Amino acid sequence: MHPNSQPPTASASVLRSLLTRHRADRHALVQILRELQALQGWLPREALSQVATALGLTLAQVEGVAGFYRFFHTRPVGAYRVLFSDNVTDRLLGSEALMADLCRRLGLTPGQLGNDGLVSVDKTSCTGLCDQGPALLINHHQVVTRLDAARMAEMADLIHSRVPVPQWPAEWFEVQDNIRRADVLLGEAAAPGAALATALARGPDAMLAEIKLSKLRGRGGAGFATGLKWELCRQAPGAEHVVVCNADEGEPGTFKDRVLLSRRADAMFEGMTIAAHVIGARRGLVYLRGEYRYILEPLLEVLQRRREAHLLGTSILGHEDLDFDIAIHVGAGAYVCGEESALIESLEGKRGTPRIRPPFPVTHGYLGHPTIVNNVETFCAVSHIALQDGAWWAGIGTPQSSGTKIHSVSGDCERPGLYEYPFGTRIDRILEDCGAHNTQAVQVGGPSGVCLSASEFGRRIAFEDVPTAGAFMVFDRRRDMFEVARGFAHFFAHESCGFCTPCRVGTALVVKRMDKLAEGHGSRDDIDVLFELDRLMHTASHCGLGASACNSLRDTILKFRPAYEQHLKSLHFEPDFDLDAELSIARRMTGRDDAGAHLENLS
Amino acid sequence: MTDHLTTEVNPGQSFLLDGQDLPFKPGDTILQAATRAQRYIPHLCWHPDFPAHGSCRLCSVKVNGHPGAACTVRASTGLEVESNTEELNGQRKTLLQMLFVEGNHFCPSCEKSGNCLLQATAYEMGMEGPHFEEFYPDRPVDASHPDILLDFNRCILCELCVKASRDVDGKNIFAIGGHGIDTHLLVNSASGRLADTTMTLGDRAANICPVGVILPKRRGFVIPIGQRRFDAKSVSEQVEGKTT
Repeated sequence: MHPNSQPPTASASVLRSLLTRHRADRHALVQILRELQALQGWLPREALSQVATALGLTLAQVEGVAGFYRFFHTRPVGAYRVLFSDNVTDRLLGSEALMADLCRRLGLTPGQLGNDGLVSVDKTSCTGLCDQGPALLINHHQVVTRLDAARMAEMADLIHSRVPVPQWPAEWFEVQDNIRRADVLLGEAAAPGAALATALARGPDAMLAEIKLSKLRGRGGAGFATGLKWELCRQAPGAEHVVVCNADEGEPGTFKDRVLLSRRADAMFEGMTIAAHVIGARRGLVYLRGEYRYILEPLLEVLQRRREAHLLGTSILGHEDLDFDIAIHVGAGAYVCGEESALIESLEGKRGTPRIRPPFPVTHGYLGHPTIVNNVETFCAVSHIALQDGAWWAGIGTPQSSGTKIHSVSGDCERPGLYEYPFGTRIDRILEDCGAHNTQAVQVGGPSGVCLSASEFGRRIAFEDVPTAGAFMVFDRRRDMFEVARGFAHFFAHESCGFCTPCRVGTALVVKRMDKLAEGHGSRDDIDVLFELDRLMHTASHCGLGASACNSLRDTILKFRPAYEQHLKSLHFEPDFDLDAELSIARRMTGRDDAGAHLENLS
Repeated sequence: MTDHLTTEVNPGQSFLLDGQDLPFKPGDTILQAATRAQRYIPHLCWHPDFPAHGSCRLCSVKVNGHPGAACTVRASTGLEVESNTEELNGQRKTLLQMLFVEGNHFCPSCEKSGNCLLQATAYEMGMEGPHFEEFYPDRPVDASHPDILLDFNRCILCELCVKASRDVDGKNIFAIGGHGIDTHLLVNSASGRLADTTMTLGDRAANICPVGVILPKRRGFVIPIGQRRFDAKSVSEQVEGKTT
């Protein structure tokens, strides 16, 4: 049996029912491709062509979308597709050795499909399981956490024996919450509907006033004032308004939305419904990152329960003027879709390329409708503000950064997991609570955030001091900060959408320089070039991905320069290639390998 | 098509470009206003007949001190725009070097030499070498079409051919595929080859490429090198809109 030796073609009836379910809507292209691939493993050209015809698109357009997302395969892949999470926290926990071990047991090399078409093993960007890694993703659906040598050995046997993934040991798929410190958002959950009832009793104007009074700022990273965003959207003319929840938690080292989606979905959906009430929306969309596919069914169950309780659907809680429902769109592996306009492009079934802004989504968003896009945590906060009031939330935290913030703590500490604190909390307080010792650095806000050295641990988490989207990765003194930055450089090159010159080429050039340094061929000139690339990408990129791609590089060069210099062959100029290595062909051709045939031996 | 270039500007509406007053009409971007006034702001992916794309970033300027792409930032009264400065031209040179090393650009053997906007802009910005290591990507040419050659080695992903074929020719012959450094131009046919499309030499898409990707066959050296568009005058001396 060679599971994938023949290009799979969906039977006409399977494809037809898939297309019917999505009403042959071209804006559902990403969902259609995702579901089609789940049925047949990969997406041969034939299948793309069938989809294109059915949706009234060209084959090249469909091919362009399929080629954009990392989780779509247009070439054969294994019946088992194993993707190791490749965040630095996974690597600290030994993921690279475990992956090599699994590949050896399966007799294949990473990224290559074995002859029998049974299994392929590769890496993927952070899967959001940093507190229980190393982790891997199987068939773009299930996750296996807490990998170790024993699990690798058993997994290789299960794959060899072709045991279906759902029949693997149940404990492998266990995803823990690891809530270490709870405040408002991770504390006691309110009864479903309580916040919504309060909001409806207030009415949209008063509810908006409370959100503005709360001074709530978006939790996705940029920190835009939520009340102002809603107000701008509400005022924007349009036949329809749309509420979008950004659950594309792709920033490496961030996993707090995973727990909120798993444990506080009601609060999130309730926040979205309150937003719909305020801006006058009938349609809500959740963009769930592809890596969190396993949370889809539980979320759908919560939605159904809420419909049955009249918290969604028509005449919500008896209000005849409030009809609102929520659909879930599952991503397909693209970090850039965390950027709100790229996310909307993806929701519309296109390549996730960030749009030119302005116009902003609040006036021209999903299908051109005025749209608000807020993070999972922001919507959860909204439901708490509705239950209490704006002044209460504004009284938590600092004057410029109100409320609490959840931190996804991972790396070198005794108790990784979720820590929720009021804004204004010092870095060293978090380090102490999570049991971090001999800490050299903390990467706050993920690779696009800031890298803090020990002298900065007195600083505070706040938009006005150390802003964060929620990642908190700890590195102790054993770690090589150059290698940390090099890992992040590879991440950004892998995730660049390829649209603009500085990011597309710049991220690739940074990787080349960092790898050159790692190989011991670097010079001071390379560090100067890295600075030059950082400046250019920061000012000239089309979106925030390119603009922040060198943040960690710049921070680590400035704060941990010895980590870089130990990789330099010479502090003086070094050519881009190894002169002696270039002579190797000549040596082979002449059969020489004596001292005189090597460059460094010539005087 | 070039309506915005010929319509009268409203008197009294202007902003400063490199210290000089520049009138604009409502809805103009900085680059549109500059082009109408025959003021040169370097650019590659922008074309006066098409909506702004914003990918090459050559037109990056400083607007009231903040970076922005001149092709996407709307003009408004009182803006102070810096463009022709040592810092910004240095940045442009680096962006050009990035585009050169990313593809395979061998000007001396390229049919487009002298008519190429990438080459002309590189001369304008004083680019003398690649600065970065070359990528040397493997990009086979598509010579399947009887009249048109596609040499993907020179593609800068401006998407002008995508837009021209979709919006003017109504043929949708091109699309963009891949991601990151592997982003590339796709041809829409079952075989993926140009011969199996309806493209013809008369298409707007066949005459829009600013570099040497889409070339008419058998006409390569009809105009000798030395007598071509940018051989006569530099790119800054022939701003689009007036010359075409």
